[in-house]
Amino acid sequence: MSARISASVYTSHVPAIGVALDMGKTDEPYWRPLFAGYEQSKAWFAEHTPDVILLVFNDHATAFSLEMIPTFAIGTAASFDVADEGWGPRPVPNVVGHPQLASHIAQSVIQQDFDLTVVNRMDVDHGLTVPLSLLCGQPSAWPCPVIPFAVNVVHYPVPSGQRCLNLGRAIRAAVESYDEDLNVQIWGTGGMSHQLQGPRAGLINSEFDQAFLDDLIATPTELATKPHVDYVREAGSEGIELVMWLIARGAMSDLDGGPPPTVRHRFYHVPASNTAVGHLILEN
Amino acid sequence: MAIDKPYLDIPGTTVFDAEQSRRGYWLNQFCMSLMKADNRERFKSDEATYLDEWPMTREQKQAVLDRDMNRMISLGGNIYFLAKIGATDGLSFQQMAASMTGLTEEEYRNMMISGGRSPNGNRYLSEWAGEGDSA
Repeated sequence: MSARISASVYTSHVPAIGVALDMGKTDEPYWRPLFAGYEQSKAWFAEHTPDVILLVFNDHATAFSLEMIPTFAIGTAASFDVADEGWGPRPVPNVVGHPQLASHIAQSVIQQDFDLTVVNRMDVDHGLTVPLSLLCGQPSAWPCPVIPFAVNVVHYPVPSGQRCLNLGRAIRAAVESYDEDLNVQIWGTGGMSHQLQGPRAGLINSEFDQAFLDDLIATPTELATKPHVDYVREAGSEGIELVMWLIARGAMSDLDGGPPPTVRHRFYHVPASNTAVGHLILEN
Repeated sequence: MAIDKPYLDIPGTTVFDAEQSRRGYWLNQFCMSLMKADNRERFKSDEATYLDEWPMTREQKQAVLDRDMNRMISLGGNIYFLAKIGATDGLSFQQMAASMTGLTEEEYRNMMISGGRSPNGNRYLSEWAGEGDSA
């Protein structure tokens, strides 16, 4: 008996999506097509609610200032408060963690040569709460515990796609060595193409994004070799967040000889504020 | 041997690397202080005095007072930190982004609704040579 990763979910985590949800704007013409793209996902999630979600996201100068910049940080606390990012905290439930599984993953993954930072106190920002809102709606409590897994994609250099894919494999090995029958999902968030800064702000590259989705599904090993500069040039300076999707993809068993995952849902929409929104659900 | 930085050849884009981070350390840490409501109030009541509490350069302080986001970025600011200034001013990310492009808020919003800025003509510095801004 052991834990297993049953599915991976990928989604952008645009803060304006959280604002639209929190302010009741989801039926406005601007937002309706975006939220319509997640209706099927909410139904899928309601039927396939896991015991734990390991949620890969990036902190946006919220919990981590420039005092310390961990490349990979795993939250091992029992709970995580919702951060005030300057506009006041989102009106969403606090996040309940899973300290036992998180500590186990930390120990196993560090022993597989990844230098995780263990974090016992961390407020979580829109990078983590917007994906939960998109899949779970607006419950009074999140439907399952969540292990926050923060990746530095703000301060260059960020981890390579190859390292992210390999980390996903190590996480799967860690989960499968946990002696409890737990259904675990891994979520990779951020992206898709967007640039928030400078005279080139507003860049969107649908062709790049669609190719990324194709390659993530079918040829993740090749996709992992894509250099950082290609993401920045083609998908915008903040498009680099997409490397986090490779962590979740690396945790699918086909990377270690299993059958390919099943595509349950695929969605793409432009724009949400400054950003192209992409979304995938893969069952292991 | 110098570190290869191929991203320096992308127009209208500043990658927040270790060098920019070092240059902008206090500017960004000042921004982090605006995460606290009390500090936001103190900053708004007297910006210059509040800025003088931080060991920032004169150019950095002036860029903050001018709300010149492009200048702040060139002086080591990172957008996720600078966003705390925008939040203090009640601006959304889209308004902040628009302010850096030379477009009005409405023009920028319409550009996004029409599919955003194309990568074509916006990949290499040479493509922007002789232009003040991108089309």
